[in-house]
Amino acid sequence: MPDVVVIGAGIVGAACAHYAAEAGLTVTVVDRGPVASGTTGAGEGNILVSDKEPGPELDLALLSATLWRELTDPAGPCALAAEYEPKGGLVVASSAGTMSVLADFASCQAKSGVEHSVAADPREIEPDLTPKLAGGVFYPQDAQVQPMLATAALLARATRRGAARLATGTEVTGLLRAGDRVAGVRTERGDIHAGAVVNAAGTWGGEIAAMAGTELPVAPRRGFILVTEPLVTPRIRHKVYTAAYITDVSDDSAALATSAVVESTMAGTVLIGASRERVGFDRTPSVPALRTLAAQAVALFPGLADRHVIRTYCGFRPYTPDHLPVIGEDPHTPGLFHACGHEGAGVGLAPATGHLVARLLTGGAVPFDLTPFRPGRFA
Amino acid sequence: MDEQAPDYDLAVIGGGPAGLAGAAAAAREGLSVVLLDAGPRLGGQFYRHRPGEEPARLKALRRGLASGVEVLLEHRVWSVERRPPGFAVHCLAGTRDERPVAVGARALLIATGAHDLALPFPGWDLPGVMTAGGAQALLKGGVLAGRRIVVAGTGPFLLPVAASLARAGARVAGVFEAGPLRAPALALLRRPGRLAEAAEYGRSLLEHRIPYRGRRAVIAARGGDRLTHVTVARVDAAWRPAGGFVEIECDALAVGYGFVPQLELAVQLGCRLGPGPAVAVDAGRRTSVPGVYAAGETTGVGGADLAEVEGRVAGRAAAADLGRGPRPDPGLSRLADRLTAFARSLRDAYPVRDGWRAWLAGDTLVCRCEEVPYSRVREALALGATDARSVKLLARPGMGWCQGRMCGYAVACLSGEDPALVTPSRPVAQPIRLGALASGDAERP
Amino acid sequence: MTAEFEIAFDGTPVPAASGQTIGAALHAAGIVSWRTTRYAGRPRGLFCGIGACFDCLVTVNGRPSLRACLTEARAGDDVTSGPDVIRAEGSPDG
Repeated sequence: MPDVVVIGAGIVGAACAHYAAEAGLTVTVVDRGPVASGTTGAGEGNILVSDKEPGPELDLALLSATLWRELTDPAGPCALAAEYEPKGGLVVASSAGTMSVLADFASCQAKSGVEHSVAADPREIEPDLTPKLAGGVFYPQDAQVQPMLATAALLARATRRGAARLATGTEVTGLLRAGDRVAGVRTERGDIHAGAVVNAAGTWGGEIAAMAGTELPVAPRRGFILVTEPLVTPRIRHKVYTAAYITDVSDDSAALATSAVVESTMAGTVLIGASRERVGFDRTPSVPALRTLAAQAVALFPGLADRHVIRTYCGFRPYTPDHLPVIGEDPHTPGLFHACGHEGAGVGLAPATGHLVARLLTGGAVPFDLTPFRPGRFA
Repeated sequence: MDEQAPDYDLAVIGGGPAGLAGAAAAAREGLSVVLLDAGPRLGGQFYRHRPGEEPARLKALRRGLASGVEVLLEHRVWSVERRPPGFAVHCLAGTRDERPVAVGARALLIATGAHDLALPFPGWDLPGVMTAGGAQALLKGGVLAGRRIVVAGTGPFLLPVAASLARAGARVAGVFEAGPLRAPALALLRRPGRLAEAAEYGRSLLEHRIPYRGRRAVIAARGGDRLTHVTVARVDAAWRPAGGFVEIECDALAVGYGFVPQLELAVQLGCRLGPGPAVAVDAGRRTSVPGVYAAGETTGVGGADLAEVEGRVAGRAAAADLGRGPRPDPGLSRLADRLTAFARSLRDAYPVRDGWRAWLAGDTLVCRCEEVPYSRVREALALGATDARSVKLLARPGMGWCQGRMCGYAVACLSGEDPALVTPSRPVAQPIRLGALASGDAERP
Repeated sequence: MTAEFEIAFDGTPVPAASGQTIGAALHAAGIVSWRTTRYAGRPRGLFCGIGACFDCLVTVNGRPSLRACLTEARAGDDVTSGPDVIRAEGSPDG
């Protein structure tokens, strides 16, 4: 019998399993699909501090950025091979007005520990950008990781050490109880008894919470990504995005919102996002969404116009109404911990989430106030 | 540049035998029809030809288009969408400039054909190794794949490829069928009309002294920067190498293990698939999506004769469903049924056995585009991947230019999935330049 | 086949006929590869021959990433070989 069952083999579940194992607990990770088959498998692997306003999410992001560095440090104890690139992020503004808002935003973030430098000419940092920009802000702490590899590597490390067991293709159908407390999970393949359960089911976290009678309003927010052919030019060295991205992330509308987010990968392809719309779990390709993403990317990097899109895919971010993840113990069911609802920031926020959940599981002190993330806040 | 597109009753995608027959049949019933094809000339792969050398049957099929079918050549379809009351077909027009053009139609006939099914083996990426269909396509363009050619794989298609290469002057060093040789005869008996054709290929092979061996497979291709030899082995019933290794000198290998229907447009529209890698259709070649029809290889690989008949059935069904009411043609339905049964028996006679996995070494490329060796696929499985998609996400096979068209079958098998049950999801059916995608195309609601 | 015109492959004249693809013209001239892969630098030419495998990509008159097996030759075409992508070391190549 494991100490903990983690529901979800995505990046957040993997991080929870990793840090729980590091804390000396035994863990069983269950997922109805394979590893990283949900939102993680559709992610770009962003580790961002640049897009977050000062507050609880930024605190989480800053802790996470440090933890990602530790996890992937080739000389460190984990040395995860996950294509980690501390490439930095460049946020650009197309007008002087936007640029001044951007610069003010960066000054506020600086008080929380976000490093930045203002670039009057963003082309000094990213030479193939359009000349039609009013300026930009460079954030050296932004990084990128290959999220599927990171998830698999975290889980593989925990299982190799004998601290974790991975049960893919295993759907949770209910929670086991001992009085008020959770006592494990019921799955299609039998019961798994455990002293604690972590709900890291991402976009599907609301369904798990409902099994405990708790309402977590986690909804899918669809995003499309365009993937280009592998290319050399235009060079895209950093994660580059327009200031509109920040307002789109915090926007609540269900309608399609897009802002250009452009970055290259180690495989040589360029990933182009980001669209956001709440349309349920509809995977039907949307030509208007793809078209807008392409137009915005070409506007930023004119040299992309001659390059091919060879693939697109979509994923479903776990959206919560206040854009904050849900991290903490269930209000009604002791022993059930929620770790879901990270919207588009799950990869970035995963290590900090896992770290905090491990502390909660072992009764240790947490480094900051988790009240804003509490699961009961939607009641 | 945007282009104003006219509206049609029916858009037929693919100008091979199925699409040609479908467009003609629908136009004959009074539908306004547009026929789109990626190539510069009609005919598809089967009737591929050089300018001025149009095959007689193609000429006859093309005459059927005279009654009001608009033909748009060099139109590659990259996306199809529902656009009530019909569909929008997004194309790239021109082979170099790629102007985005949208065509609107009340109904669609998908007749996009198939490509060769390729299996990986050591050296299969050497220049000189081609698919059987590729060697045939080159020949139809007037060029021999090599001077000394080995033909290998499985299925009846190997025979016409070998015969035509030999007739065109190549030395065919051997035809190696991985399955048993008696299978074709049994399958062909079900349709005596084909016996004469088979005998003709047999005569051709004899005349050119081409050895035709069963239970033999090319398990490796060798050479520095181009093919110089292949290793042929005797294989057991499961296709595992079982001795009898022979090195054969050659400068080209034409290899094919059957065909893979091009299903991405049907998948984009949400058409139900199955059984096998095919669009599910009823007797009228209607898919599960109202207004969408499929014919030819997309409903199951069956060759040109069946494709033509299916096209006619689909074109008539589309006309009937749009209220034109052609008279039922029981003879046509019976013919379609008979040819479909024959095609199925032929497919059943040439299954791909999974012993090909024993041909792979750790460094054998499985994915040609992303250069993913077999060892990395195994690593992905060890990391917790349990299906083709998770293997792809962890090791990148199928992520490259061809989007898994060449390695999809192999990766599915190596991931423990039935390749027939893996849905080929490609929301972008053809690469499209970002500039063309961004500029948008003319569309009518 | 009677050559009707010439195209240039990396500066070398190659005979071609109208209606013939660039891939067929190169292959007929004994040129069986014209691209190298981005990791191992392996040579590639025609494989599927019908536009499905993308092995035969080529740059024509400066237009990158065209399929040689689909693109019909035109008199005077300036065909250049790849790669147009990163090398394994990650250094830009041309």
